[in-house]
Amino acid sequence: MKPTGMDLEAVLARHGRAPHRLVQILREIQVQQLWLSRDTLSAVARELGLSLAHVEGVAGFYRFFHGQPVGQYRVLFSDNITDRMLGSGDLMHELCHLLKVESNTMRADGRVSVATTSCTGMCDQGPAALINQHQLVTRLTPGRIEHMAALIEAQVPAHQWPVAWSRVDDQIRLADVKLGPQPAPGQGIAAALARGPQGMLDDIKRSKLRGRGGAGYATGTKWQLCRNARADTRYVVCNADEGEPGTFKDRVLLSSYADTVFEGMTIAALVVGARQGLVYLRGEYRYLLDALEATLARRRQQGLLGASIQGRAGFDFDIEIHVGAGAYVCGEESALIESLEGKRGTPRIRPPFPVESGYLGQPTTVNNVETFSAVTHIAVQGGAWWAGIGTAQSTGTKIHSVSGDCARPGLYEYPFGTRIGRILEDCGARDTQAVQVGGPSGVCLSALEFGRRIGFEDVPTAGAFMVFDRSRDMFDVAHNFAHFFAHESCGFCTPCRVGTELVLRRMDKLKRGYGSGEDVQVLYELDKLMHGTTHCGLGAAACNPLRDTIAKFRPAYEQHLKSLHFAPGFDMDAELSQARLATGRDDSGAHLETLA
Amino acid sequence: MSTYARIDALSPGTFALDGEEVEFGPGESILQAATRAGHYIPHLCWHPDFGAKGSCRLCTVRINGRMGAACTVQAASGQEVESNTDDLNAQRKTLLQMMFIEGNHFCPSCEKSGNCRLQATAYDVGMEGPHFEEFYPDRRVDASHPDLLLDLNRCILCGLCVRASQDADGKDVFAIGGYGIKTHLLVNSPSGQMADSALRPTDRAANICPVGAILHKRQGFAIPIGQRQFDGAPVSAQIEEGKS
Repeated sequence: MKPTGMDLEAVLARHGRAPHRLVQILREIQVQQLWLSRDTLSAVARELGLSLAHVEGVAGFYRFFHGQPVGQYRVLFSDNITDRMLGSGDLMHELCHLLKVESNTMRADGRVSVATTSCTGMCDQGPAALINQHQLVTRLTPGRIEHMAALIEAQVPAHQWPVAWSRVDDQIRLADVKLGPQPAPGQGIAAALARGPQGMLDDIKRSKLRGRGGAGYATGTKWQLCRNARADTRYVVCNADEGEPGTFKDRVLLSSYADTVFEGMTIAALVVGARQGLVYLRGEYRYLLDALEATLARRRQQGLLGASIQGRAGFDFDIEIHVGAGAYVCGEESALIESLEGKRGTPRIRPPFPVESGYLGQPTTVNNVETFSAVTHIAVQGGAWWAGIGTAQSTGTKIHSVSGDCARPGLYEYPFGTRIGRILEDCGARDTQAVQVGGPSGVCLSALEFGRRIGFEDVPTAGAFMVFDRSRDMFDVAHNFAHFFAHESCGFCTPCRVGTELVLRRMDKLKRGYGSGEDVQVLYELDKLMHGTTHCGLGAAACNPLRDTIAKFRPAYEQHLKSLHFAPGFDMDAELSQARLATGRDDSGAHLETLA
Repeated sequence: MSTYARIDALSPGTFALDGEEVEFGPGESILQAATRAGHYIPHLCWHPDFGAKGSCRLCTVRINGRMGAACTVQAASGQEVESNTDDLNAQRKTLLQMMFIEGNHFCPSCEKSGNCRLQATAYDVGMEGPHFEEFYPDRRVDASHPDLLLDLNRCILCGLCVRASQDADGKDVFAIGGYGIKTHLLVNSPSGQMADSALRPTDRAANICPVGAILHKRQGFAIPIGQRQFDGAPVSAQIEEGKS
């Protein structure tokens, strides 16, 4: 497809030719042109006054941007361990077979490309696939795959595919405050206005609310620092880059409780003194954009956004949505801000923290979707009420995204302090071997630990709860996570860039059956190194699942080892591959396993 | 905690580096202050003339018991900084091994040998081999420029050329592209080749590469082996002095 000047001009004009809109601009151009050619990047660079290499560097950073031609249909299979457990591997293989295309390669006629992508947040209704980075298909079956192949061959546009395929259910299994009946739109803002900015801040502090994105920083303290920072302009940012594999609570909050989330952002704006809010919506959730925009438009009509909110002169605030382009690391708040500014999503050096110097160098408070939801409820019901729920250091409720081996996957909301075993009982998990709490960067718990409790005092979590029964090989779980971290490393710092790759190669080697006890020792070494030396939390956490599974499920590793004590210096068959290449031989006599 | 550290960092004071008192100026990082005071903390992506990047992680030290990159942590009064310890040096050795195996570094045939900070730092921490399996990546060599050679096989992604071109030369000749293990240096020109870029041999960016990724043509072995920068004294005995 030839880029037309008109397409480009319209997109550039819509974004006011602002360099910090680069990621949004590239995203919108790619929708029209399928991929980003060097000519296109060059034109964008020229028009925005940026260097071509800078634009190329940004385009090459995000997994959803293509620097090479891709198929008219792009099918990306969600590659979380839960999708795999539901058979995604065979389904992808089958689709490739039916369409006569190799994965990660565009079919010669340019019709289709098939590949994998990191968790799409549909773990409770997988296996899932992302079509054209726009539309999600859930509950894939061999029947759907066969039908999908036919639709692609017949060139039926994806938006005309069966509606049922893109059905995404909330699957709320247990509701407490945040998933229960919601306050009417405006009720939280009215309550906050009645208290005033300082009064509202005091109440957030009284609630002892901590961030729901994983780190658990005190929301009141974050807002106070942002409010106190000297500046004319401040920003409120909602982190909806829900990329931690196994987490899908924000998807539901944004699907069915968006008013409460936007209201929380508006209350934050009142407290810190911001006029502009930004939602960073992960690219995988692009399908939610239209509904979210409609909710924002309605709220403007209702006087809940815009100038003089609820008639209060001087209380002006509006919200804009940015769509991500496939980069897990952008869930880290400073990387998220870099991405909002149209750059590569590399975490910043801190200090300064975003509350002092964030978006466009201005004080910025970045909070999780679930945190903003909590804020609205606190505004309505009071900080003391919230502080009375949960435990001393972990107040309120937490939503868990439950998936894997259980009868009833979906969302479960509990007060903090809930026993792991209780969640397992409620979701109908049987014969459970392990639970991965908080996703790959969280913690893997064995049956001995099911008496432990959710909370910052014991088992902290960003919301993922993946269940594995005794039929599962925990090595495969860790292998999947190792692949995830290597794929999502931003490449900035040495220990993460090289370490995640070394870990993956070791795990691949163990999987092939060529590993030894020595390899497990090296994995320990890498874990220790990466914990102390990486630039950000992604690298530091990248070995968590490894360390946990090696420590708790060592037999799972040992069954993949060739020998516990022998350290093979090289892989004989891999060495032979060179000879096979040189001699053009590939018969049974040229392979070790089949040598007569 | 960090808020207090920042307020502290605004006024000069002293911290302890491996037990020795080091004075620092307003806003200085631990690495800046240590270097100015004549102390060596291993580093590759940092240079006294440019802002910190914090990517090689070689300068990772322990500050009041917590790990941090000395180039990015601001100095503050009373800090207890450990750097020259067995465990931190062992860690540095592993990081250096990582840099060697992710690229293609063949010292005996490299013009930079003897003047190379990667090689010198590896010698200094006693690195004797790669430890890990080598990746042998397929990387680009750009010999298009009449006076300069770009060999990405040796690039360690320190980003010094990126900063030098931007901050000292005002040219933006280089940028970083890709992600993960495929992260790589980009050249800003219509073709992506150095010949079409604004880079000139006298540019700071053409003279700052700590390894042999950016070399001047027709100057091979002008200084014989044995008389090169790190042949006489180890890197730890040669403290860099900034221009300022």
